[in-house]
Amino acid sequence: MSSNKSKLWSFPGGLHLPGHKEISTRQAIGKNFIPSKLILPLQQHIGEPSEVIIETGDRVLKGQVIARANGYVSVPLHAPTSGVISSIEECAIPHPSGLAAPCIIIEPDNKDEWITLDKPGSYKDLDPSALRNRIRDAGIVGLGGAGFPSFIKLNPGARTAVDELVINAAECEPYITCDDMLMRELADEIIQGIRIMQHALQARRCLIGIEDNKPQAYEALSNALRESGKDTIELISIPTIYPAGGEKQLIKVLTGKESPSQGLPLDIGVVCQNVGTAQAVYQAIINGKPLISRIMTLTGEGIKQPGNHEVLIGTPVDEWIQHCGGYQDSVKQLVMGGPMMGFNLATDQLPVLKTTNCLLALNEAANSPAINAMPCIRCGACMEVCPAKLLPQQLYWQAFAKDFDKIQDYKLFDCIECGCCSYVCPSQIPLVQYYRFAKTEIWAQERDKTKSDHARDRHEFRLERLEKEKQEREERMRKKKAALQAKKGTTNEKDAKKDAIADALARVKAKQKQNPAESKNIDNLTDEQQQKINDIESRRQKQDSSTEKQPDSNKTAE
Amino acid sequence: MLTAIITMCALAAVFGLILGFVAVKFHIEGDPVVNKVDALLPQTQCGQCGYPGCRPYAEAITKGEADINQCPPGGEATIDALADLLGVDSKPLNPENGTEAETKTVVIIDEEICIGCTLCIQACPVDAILGAAKQMHTVITDECTGCDLCIPPCPVECIYIVPVKTELTTWKWPSPDANQIPVEIQQNGTGTK
Repeated sequence: MSSNKSKLWSFPGGLHLPGHKEISTRQAIGKNFIPSKLILPLQQHIGEPSEVIIETGDRVLKGQVIARANGYVSVPLHAPTSGVISSIEECAIPHPSGLAAPCIIIEPDNKDEWITLDKPGSYKDLDPSALRNRIRDAGIVGLGGAGFPSFIKLNPGARTAVDELVINAAECEPYITCDDMLMRELADEIIQGIRIMQHALQARRCLIGIEDNKPQAYEALSNALRESGKDTIELISIPTIYPAGGEKQLIKVLTGKESPSQGLPLDIGVVCQNVGTAQAVYQAIINGKPLISRIMTLTGEGIKQPGNHEVLIGTPVDEWIQHCGGYQDSVKQLVMGGPMMGFNLATDQLPVLKTTNCLLALNEAANSPAINAMPCIRCGACMEVCPAKLLPQQLYWQAFAKDFDKIQDYKLFDCIECGCCSYVCPSQIPLVQYYRFAKTEIWAQERDKTKSDHARDRHEFRLERLEKEKQEREERMRKKKAALQAKKGTTNEKDAKKDAIADALARVKAKQKQNPAESKNIDNLTDEQQQKINDIESRRQKQDSSTEKQPDSNKTAE
Repeated sequence: MLTAIITMCALAAVFGLILGFVAVKFHIEGDPVVNKVDALLPQTQCGQCGYPGCRPYAEAITKGEADINQCPPGGEATIDALADLLGVDSKPLNPENGTEAETKTVVIIDEEICIGCTLCIQACPVDAILGAAKQMHTVITDECTGCDLCIPPCPVECIYIVPVKTELTTWKWPSPDANQIPVEIQQNGTGTK
């Protein structure tokens, strides 16, 4: 339990950065408030977007599921407060692209009325699978930043035994203090959440890694641990070096184990979760509450009253800032996340997400793109600070030359985009931007490849189908011809026709013989009438004989 | 002398058997070079190269009948990849075949106007149009390769070209603007490659 006993390892590179953390830790966590509207993007996690299950105009209660998980890598979304669904439409979301995405918009009724919560009582009675389902149903994603559905990380599969559960309490990025404040105020909940996760994973032991710049949080966790009894959870203070809070870096520091290139920590029997996630798991399992709010840091020189607040997911950024006293001076840059790994927001009319840990308002534009970039002088400073043991300069050249095959030889995808290389670059080259550019280009190429392979298959199938249809048609025609040929037998077509006519005539004659037709209207005629008929007959014969004389009347001749 | 002849004949027979066996056992279906070339082509099946599809073009390239710069949908990237594979020099796209599109497109059918003539269905090389005679047709946009072959046969001109919508999953980080970096770097960059 004490940090003195445990041996620590170190990761290569890293930086000592000015913390700026004291700005936002002066006051206690602010309680949540209900904004005028809540904008809830359907995709706040890695994986498939959630699927809407309510309609515009529906009244929803706090904690009610408004969009369900769609597929395995997905989680549901819950209403953060009671209110009416005012619309379901595309809204701008906080994303580096600035693109719009489908969102559910709730107009709160300020009653904050909960649905009936299902509290399971003791988690120890639940088996790991049931725990995972509850964690999934609560919509919990990794609150450290990436937003990967937590229940999947808690499912190591049958073949992998988990040695260690590593709890990430490092919070290494400057300015951000939400985990720090959470640990100070809700250490008990975190420890219980960790026990639940440990139970779900059946992990042998648990290591909590906390940077030594958070003595109060360390104290709080230490007390909470002591109260809950001696056990397999170990609280370890680690040196403050950015990025010690990177998953692979933290695992290296605490266990000495190195995650494989492009592999998962699970490959070496480790699962890493954030302290915020642990607290959310506690709320979900013990209180039955889904993830509808989280602690977020509002800080930076441009904020009048910096601090941490419990904010409802979907709260618009501008309303949050106004609620906390508003801006001060002129804000040049609004960053979601930290100064090293965050991204700029173009506007403050955007909602906060499950993965939002910090909002930073800067008076000076800190990481403006390439404007100040100078030529690379090959000093190698970037290589010395890279925590992933990569060659940032080589990656830069390859990305610059758009040689996307070669850049992968330099293990581009092991880059965690921590920003150390850009930070130290004396030429101020936006190195990470180059890597991000190269990564998305490579993904796009891979998508194109998959798509073209698919198109090839479909085209080949079509050709095959057309060929088959043609053959079938030919086959049918051949069969028909053969059948006709067989029917004709030895006679030719003309004979066959003549035969048919002859047959028909014979049939008629036979019929006439059986019952000869007698015209009834010439029976019992008077002499006068008979005389008339004879006259007509003689006239007709005369006419007939005259037509017979005409040369072209071969019909009568026959 | 006799021993030598017998030995040679025996060896010839043994090697012949081995070669024969290997030829059967490791027989490769089709022409592997054609497959490799075909794999690099974008599979739009648009026919802009002058051949009735990507595979016929691949076959023509392999036979030396066609040049590598006749594929507008693939553009510069495809030409470079082909040049790399075939060990020839890369060259700019042949303007006779068309120009490389800036953005990817697909087609959509205006369902109000469609008369259900099925002509577009017959033209589509990847079966991406769904419909039946005198029934409304629609494009399965996920399957559409953007070849535009369905547009000329349409008698009522109800097929439009639309750019593929960028979504969160397909969005790409922009390249840090190379123009803002001094020229010396560009020289360095190409020099190290």
